[in-house]
Amino acid sequence: MPPGFSSSDFYYLMPELVITAGALLVLALDVLLPRAWERVLSWVTVAVILGAGLALVPSAGQNLTIARDLVAIDGFATFFKVLFLVAAALTVLMSPRYLTLENVHPGEYYFLVLCATLGMMFMAGGVDLITLFIGLETMAVSFYVLTGIIRPNKRSNEAAIKYFVLGAFSLGLLLYGMSILYGLTGSTHLRVIATSLVAGDGGLLLPFAVMLLVAGIGFKIAAVPFHMWAPDVYEGAPTPITAFLSVGSKAASFAMLLRIFVAGLPAFRADGLGTAWGQPFGWGAFFYVLAVVTMTVGNLAALTQGNIKRLLAYSSIAHAGYILIGIVAGSTRGVSAALVYLMIYAFMQLGAFAVVVMLRRKDIIGDELKDLTGLYATHPGAAIAMLVFMLSLGGIPPTAGFMGKFWVFGAAIDAGYVWLAVIGVLNSAVSLYYYIRIVVFMWISEEEEKSAAFGISPAVATVLAVTLAMTVLLGIYPRLLFDFAQASAASLGSVPSLGLR
Amino acid sequence: MTPITPYHYLVLSAALFMLGVIGVMTRRNIIIIFMSIELMLNAVNINLAAFSQQLHNAVGQVFAIFVVAVAAAEAAIGLGIILAFYRNKETLNIDEMNILRW
Amino acid sequence: MFESILFYTLAAFILGFGVLVVTARNTVHCVVFLVANFLCVAMIYVMLGAEFLAIIQVLVYAGGIVVLYLFVVMLVNLKRGPDAAPDRRRQSRVGFVLAAVMLAEISAILVYSAARPASAVAAAAATPLQTVGNTEVVGMLLYTDYLIPFEVASMLLLVAMIGAILLAKKEI
Repeated sequence: MPPGFSSSDFYYLMPELVITAGALLVLALDVLLPRAWERVLSWVTVAVILGAGLALVPSAGQNLTIARDLVAIDGFATFFKVLFLVAAALTVLMSPRYLTLENVHPGEYYFLVLCATLGMMFMAGGVDLITLFIGLETMAVSFYVLTGIIRPNKRSNEAAIKYFVLGAFSLGLLLYGMSILYGLTGSTHLRVIATSLVAGDGGLLLPFAVMLLVAGIGFKIAAVPFHMWAPDVYEGAPTPITAFLSVGSKAASFAMLLRIFVAGLPAFRADGLGTAWGQPFGWGAFFYVLAVVTMTVGNLAALTQGNIKRLLAYSSIAHAGYILIGIVAGSTRGVSAALVYLMIYAFMQLGAFAVVVMLRRKDIIGDELKDLTGLYATHPGAAIAMLVFMLSLGGIPPTAGFMGKFWVFGAAIDAGYVWLAVIGVLNSAVSLYYYIRIVVFMWISEEEEKSAAFGISPAVATVLAVTLAMTVLLGIYPRLLFDFAQASAASLGSVPSLGLR
Repeated sequence: MTPITPYHYLVLSAALFMLGVIGVMTRRNIIIIFMSIELMLNAVNINLAAFSQQLHNAVGQVFAIFVVAVAAAEAAIGLGIILAFYRNKETLNIDEMNILRW
Repeated sequence: MFESILFYTLAAFILGFGVLVVTARNTVHCVVFLVANFLCVAMIYVMLGAEFLAIIQVLVYAGGIVVLYLFVVMLVNLKRGPDAAPDRRRQSRVGFVLAAVMLAEISAILVYSAARPASAVAAAAATPLQTVGNTEVVGMLLYTDYLIPFEVASMLLLVAMIGAILLAKKEI
C-alpha cells in the first residue's frame, strides 16, 4: 500500500477502480473474443457501469476527503457520479446498432466511453486543481477520439479537428488561470485557495486568472461566446457520442465549475475582483453576463436550424444558460437548482437523441428535420416519446423540464435576480417555437415511401422507456430529486447560505 | 541592472502565452496551430516553475510535470486526428473545413 | 549580474523562436524553431531550480513531441502550403487586438509586483529555504500526495495511445 493511503481510500475509490478495470476488460475481451461475439461487449460495458453504480453505494451520505485530501467523497460528487453513470449506460445502450451501421469497431469505442466516464468522475470528486484538470483531460481526450471515430466520414473528421483545436486552446487558458491561482496561494487545493485568498490579493492578477478560468470552462460548457465549436461537433460526431457529449461532458464541466468557483473562490462571488462603473463585482457578474448571452443566442440560433443534431446543439447551449442562472444565484438553493436541472436535462436530452439515433438507417443519415416526417404514422410510440421530450425541453408543466426551470427561476428570484428570471422565462417561450416545430414535422403524414419502417432494437427501446419514465416521473413527483440535490448542494461546503429561506 | 525576480519570469511567460494565442488565432495551418498551443502550455509551465521557486514549494513543478504529460497525450491525439483528416481531404487549411459551417 | 545576462539572453531566444514558430512559412522550419524554443525553456527551468522538469522538458518535448510533429509534417506532404493565401486583413486585426490584451496583461503583472505581496507569498518568504527542485522532492510528491492524479494520468496516456492508433492506422 502506498504511504499515506489506507484501505478506506480504496474502498471509497471503488467506483473509479471498477470503471478502470472494466475499461481494460473490454479492451482485452475485444481482442480475445471472436468477431461474432462483438455484441457481448455492449452488455459487458453496461454491466461494468452497473457494478460501478453498486460500488457507489458506500459513498452515499459520506462527507470526507480521501487519497491525501485530493478527492472528496461527498453528496455533490455522488450526485454527479450517479448522473455520469446513468448517462454512460444509456449512451452505451443506444450505440450497438448505430455502430454496426457506421462500421465502427465496438471494442475501442466502449473503452473510450468508460475512460471518458472515469475522467468525469474525477472532475466531480476532485478538490484539487491537478486532480480536476487531469480528470478533465482524460474525459476530453476520450471525446476527441470518439468524435472522430468514424474515420471514413469527413464530417466526423472535421468535427474532431474543430473540437480538438478549441478544446486544447481552452485547456491552455484554463491552465494559465490555474497556474496564477497556485502562484497567489501556494497550493493547488481548493480549500486552501478558499481560505488563503483575500480581496485585493495580487492586484489585477486575480481578476485576470478568474477571466481565464471563466473562458476555459466556458468553452467546455459551450457558453456563448465560447460556443462556436458545439454545433459543428454535435453535428459531425456519431449521434450517441453527441448525446453523451451534450449531457456527460456538460455536466462534468459544470461540476468542475461549481467546485472551482463555489468551493474554491467563495469570497469573490459578489465582489472582491474590482469595480466597474462604481459597482464592485465578482465572478457572479461574469456568469450573469454569460447566462443572459448564452440563453438568448442559443435560442435565437436554434430557430432557423434544419438539422436536428444542430438544433439540439443550440438548444443545449441555451440550456447551459438556464443552468448558469442557478450558479449566479449562488445560494445553496441556486446550486441545488442547477443540479436538479442538470439531472432532468440529462434524461430529456438523452431521450431526444435516442430518437435521432433510431432514425439512422441503412441509407438515411436521418438527422434532418424532414427525416422526421410521418414518424407518428409509422412509429407512434417513438413519436409520442419525442413529443414528451420536446415539451419537457421547452418547459411545459406536467413534465420534468418544467420543474427544472421552475426551480432555477425560483432560486434566481429568491436571490434577488428578478431580471435574470424574466429573461429566462422569455427565452423559454421563444424556445417553444422550435421544439413545437419538431413535433409538427413528426405529425405531418406524407403518403410516401419516405417514412419507411425501421426496427427499434430492444436496447434503444429500453433507453426510450427509461428516459420517458424519468421525464414524466420527475415532473409529477420531483421531491425525490429535489431532496437529493439539496443535500448534495449543501455538501459543496462553503456555499453561503443566504438563500435557505 | 535590477536582479531577476519571479516577476521577470511571469512577464516572459505572459509574452510567450500571448504569442501562442496569436498563433492559434492567425495561422491557418492546423499543425502550426497545434505548435502554438504547445507554446501556450510552455508558458504555463514557466509560470508554474517560477511560482514554485518563489514559494519554495515543489507542488508547482509536479503540476508542470502533469501539464507535460497532458501535452504529450494531446500531441499524439491531435496528430492522429490530422492524419485521419488528411487521408480524406488532402488539405490542412482550417478555412477549407467547410462541410460543417465553421 | 551573470544571472541577468543569462535571463535576458534566454528570454530573447525564447520569444524570438516563438515569433518564428508563429510566423514561419515552412512547416518544417516551424518545427525546428519549436525545438530550439523548448530547449531554451528547459534552460529557464534550470535557472529556476527545477532541474527534473528541465530534463523532462528535453526528453518529452524535444525528444518526443517534436519528433512526432516532424513525422506528421513529413507524412502529410503538402503540394501547396496551406498558408499560400493568408487573409492579411484578418490577421492584422486579430493580431492588433491580441497585442493590446498582451500589453494589458503585462501591466497587470507589473502592478502586481508593485502591490502588496499575497499572503501566501509572505508566509512562504518567512519559512526557511528548503531544497526544492531536486528529483527527490518532486518524486516524493508525485508518488505520495499526487498518486491518484498520477494514476489517472496513466489512464490518460493509455487513452491517447489507443486513440492515436485508432485514428491514424489505415486498417484495423
